[in-house]
Parts: sequence; C-alpha cells; structure tokens
Amino acid sequence: MMVNVKKNTISFRFFVILLTFSCFFSCKTNEYTNYKIEGKKIGITAEKGENSQIENYIAPFRANITKDLDNVLAFSPETLDKSKGKWQTSIGNLLAQVVLDLGTPIFEKREKKQIDFCLLNHGGIRAIIPQGNVTTRTAFEVMPFENSLIIVGLKGNKVKEMANYLITEKKPHPLSGIKIFVNKDNLNVNRIEINGKTVKDDVMYYIATSDYLSNGGDNMTFFKESEIKYDMDYKLRNMLIDYFKKVDSIPIITDEKIILE
Amino acid sequence: MKRRDFIQKTAASSTLLGLSNFSLNTILSPESKKITILHTNDVHSHIDPFPADHPRNPNMGGAARRAAIIENIRKEEENVLLLDAGDIFQGTPYFNYYGGELEFKLMSMMQYDLATMGNHDFDNGIDGFYSQLPHAKFDFVSANYDFKNTILDTIIKPYKIFKKEGIKIGVFGLGVELDGLVDKKLYKETIYNNPVEVAQDMARILKEEKKCDLVICLSHLGFKYKDDLEKPSDINLARKTKNIDLIIGGHSHTFLDKPVIEKNSDGKEVLINQVGCFGINLGRIDFYFSNDNTLKNKGKNIVVI
Repeated sequence: MMVNVKKNTISFRFFVILLTFSCFFSCKTNEYTNYKIEGKKIGITAEKGENSQIENYIAPFRANITKDLDNVLAFSPETLDKSKGKWQTSIGNLLAQVVLDLGTPIFEKREKKQIDFCLLNHGGIRAIIPQGNVTTRTAFEVMPFENSLIIVGLKGNKVKEMANYLITEKKPHPLSGIKIFVNKDNLNVNRIEINGKTVKDDVMYYIATSDYLSNGGDNMTFFKESEIKYDMDYKLRNMLIDYFKKVDSIPIITDEKIILE
Repeated sequence: MKRRDFIQKTAASSTLLGLSNFSLNTILSPESKKITILHTNDVHSHIDPFPADHPRNPNMGGAARRAAIIENIRKEEENVLLLDAGDIFQGTPYFNYYGGELEFKLMSMMQYDLATMGNHDFDNGIDGFYSQLPHAKFDFVSANYDFKNTILDTIIKPYKIFKKEGIKIGVFGLGVELDGLVDKKLYKETIYNNPVEVAQDMARILKEEKKCDLVICLSHLGFKYKDDLEKPSDINLARKTKNIDLIIGGHSHTFLDKPVIEKNSDGKEVLINQVGCFGINLGRIDFYFSNDNTLKNKGKNIVVI
C-alpha cells in the first residue's frame, strides 16, 4: 500500500512536469496561427438558383421603375444616331438645342444673363434615339451619367481657342447657337458667329455645358481655366426628360454649326 | 507517507490535472478554426442580372442569385464575414429612382457585415448617402477619409473588429482621392489623407495593440496604375505596409482570375483580391487557423484557384 502510493506521487510529479514542459513547447491555447489560406472567385450565375425572398422584395421596385421608364413621352420620326456625321450629328444637334432652350430661362431668372451658345461632348452620348416612341428609358440610355448644367463665361479670344480645339479634335461635339466658319482647304477658323454677330475678343460669352466639361473633361482646358462658372443644379438627363414631355414629336435639326467654306 | 499527505497530494495533482485538462486535449489534437471571407466590390446598383443577350456578361450577376450563393455558403461554414469594397451606388435606374435605398436593404437582407465608401457613394452628395444609412444594417469603415467637419462625423469609424469563435478580425477601410474625381459640392468638407500612411498606422494598431489574428483592408483605391506607379493602389499598399493579411480591392473594376500574392515590407505574403464589378462575381477567401504551435514558424500555405 505504502509503496503504491509513493509510486503514484512520483508519476504524478513527473506528469505535471511533463505537462508544463509540453505546454511550453508545443501549444499555447490562446494563440492561433494562420497556417493556410484558400482563395477563389465565384461567378454569380443562375446555377444555385435565386433567393425568393430577395427576388420578391425587388419585384415591386422593378415594376415601378419599368412602368415609369417605359412611359411614352414623345415620338421620334427618325433614328437619331451619333455615329452619322462628320462635324455634327442629328442627336448632338438635338441635345445641344435642348440644353440651350431649357437652360436659357433659368439662367435669365437667376443671373439676369443670356446663354449665348451650348457645347457638350460627343462621348457623353451613350445610345441612339430610335425611330418611334421615345420614353424615359430612352433618356436614361442616351445620358446615363449624372452630369448637370454649368454655365461658363469665356471671353471671345477663348471662344476662338475653343473653335480651334473643335476643328483639331475632328469630333462632332454637340453645338447650338454658334456658327464656326472654316477654310475647307487648310481648316483655319475664318470667323465665328454668335447670335448673328461676329465674335469679338473682349466680349464675355456665356456657354451652357456639363459639369464634367467645365472641369476640363475631354481636354477642354478653356473651360477649366475660366473662373466664371454658374452651377444650375439641373441634370442634363432631366433636361432631356422635361423636353420630351414638352414636345409631341422630336425635331430633326440639320442646320450646320461648323461650316466649311 | 502518511495517509493525510497522500490525500493532499492527490488533490493538488488532480487540480493541476484539471487545470491542464484543456492543454492536454490540445496536445493530443490541436484545434482548427476556419474563417470565411466573402466579398464584392463596385456592384454599382446592379440588382438585376444582365440580360441573356448582353454582349459581355450574359445572364451574369443579380442580387437574388448572389443571395442564394451566399446562403449556400452560410449553410456549410460557421464563421462567415461578408464585405463590400465600395461603389455600391450608381449605374442603373434603381439608384436614380431610389437613391440607394434598395441597394442597402438588399445588402442588409444578405447580412453584409461591413463596407467601405467608394467615390460613387458620394454621387447624391454626402447628405444623400447619410439619408440612406438607416436602410443599412451593416457599418461602413474608412480610415483615410476624415469626416469630422461633415454629417458623417463619428458615424463612419476607421475600423471594426469582429470576433468569430475566438478569432479576432480587424477590418479597416481606405478611400480614393476625391479631388478631381468627385465634385467638391458632393463630398463637402471630407478630408482625404494619404492611404498608405494611414494603412501603416491602422495595421499596427489592429495587429499589435488590438491583437487581431487577421487584419483586412477594404480598399477602394484601385488595383494598380500603370501610368503612375506611385499613385496609391492596392499593389503599392501591399508592398509598402506590413501586418495586413488581405486587401479586398475595388474602384478599378479589375477582374482578377484569382487572388494575387504580394510581399509586404517585411517580406511576408499579402493577398489582394478584387472581383471586377456589377455583382458578376463573389470573392471567397478561407483562412485556416490552428493553435498547434509547431505550425507557427512554418509559413503559410496559400492556395489560390
């Protein structure tokens, strides 16, 4: 009995030492090591089905938007396409005209000034206006961006710089309210007319454009350099929607803004 | 030996044994834990899947499908964190009509845990973002946007720490430079601080002070800028900092085939992942942990598919 007890105590002692030792070396209960990482990409497809709770939740929102977007606002007698035209396009002409027409009364009311002309960018037109019914969805497709109307003040000499930019760029950027007469052989700008009058270097002109361009987008540095800017807080897409609501039929505007002579 | 002595000794030993019981178990079989990180970026209000005739992404994406995939993973995995690296807003009429309400509500239903702010999340102004926050049951983090003079002051924290089965996961957010990208009238008095410098600080705080087992950066900086290699990007961030385990990127709409492994300033591996845009993909990173100390100096086994 005595001997047995002694043996037990010894083995216990050994065991405790062993435990302490092994704890010290091989494990630390509160510390975890990251020993492996697995990473992958999971494509979102219909394979795993869809969550019906989410789908049912979206449905009324979708229905409401669809109804609103497909609401017929006007009719377009032709397809207006930004890819047709060297110096101007039918859709560009329309957009610049819309911005000029709807922007003018607001600028007049707020600042007691007249907008002289409008310049937008070709790249900002993102879709065609197909022949037939024009809907709110059409406006979203043509102008998906949240750009808004800015009026920039430029002196006549800067307007000439702008004209040179347009001729060098050779893109049919949307214009309205301005005529740029260009030598058809060497493409020099001969003369610029605004409101039927030749542009003078020291006269201030007010140009309707987008916030994107007014900040120098598409390398329109002449806009960026100007310190005279008025934010009209009016999204270009909303201008287009408001215009569609106002008219029954979309006008086809073909008068030339850049005239080679 | 006296009998009394014997009783005392055995009692003491039993207590010791009892105390070491946990340790004893772990010696015999070390405990393993798994943390599953799921992530999206630049979903841009893409709630519906792309149509079947879409030239680039036919039949891809969609919130209800994403939710089904996440649901399946949650059934298999205990410790899931669902994160988003920003630009939740802007891209479909859902945003134009509802201002982000539906995006936040659906993400809440999918049980997103955390997101960071992308530049487009300012598209309805900082006030527009703030007004939608009640619809989000998850938090936003941003460490390098200083919101102290804005409506978001104290609402958006630099980081958040999650504890999953005893594993501490620290997640901080980083945002892209707003000047020149977002109109000042939208971001107002938000101050942008250098993300790389802020990240160094954040990673140190989370790893050393807060003792996080895992440090994750939710970045909306962009993957890499070929024309301007010094511009803060995820690649730069990975190389110039330490203590970050995973960078979940966004902004550049980069479709990485698989996560990228970079070396940090300590020569240790950092994982970078970004899953393109428009809710076309879900990223998944599984971290395996063990308290078997023999693994400690062996380095990580990183498997990217």
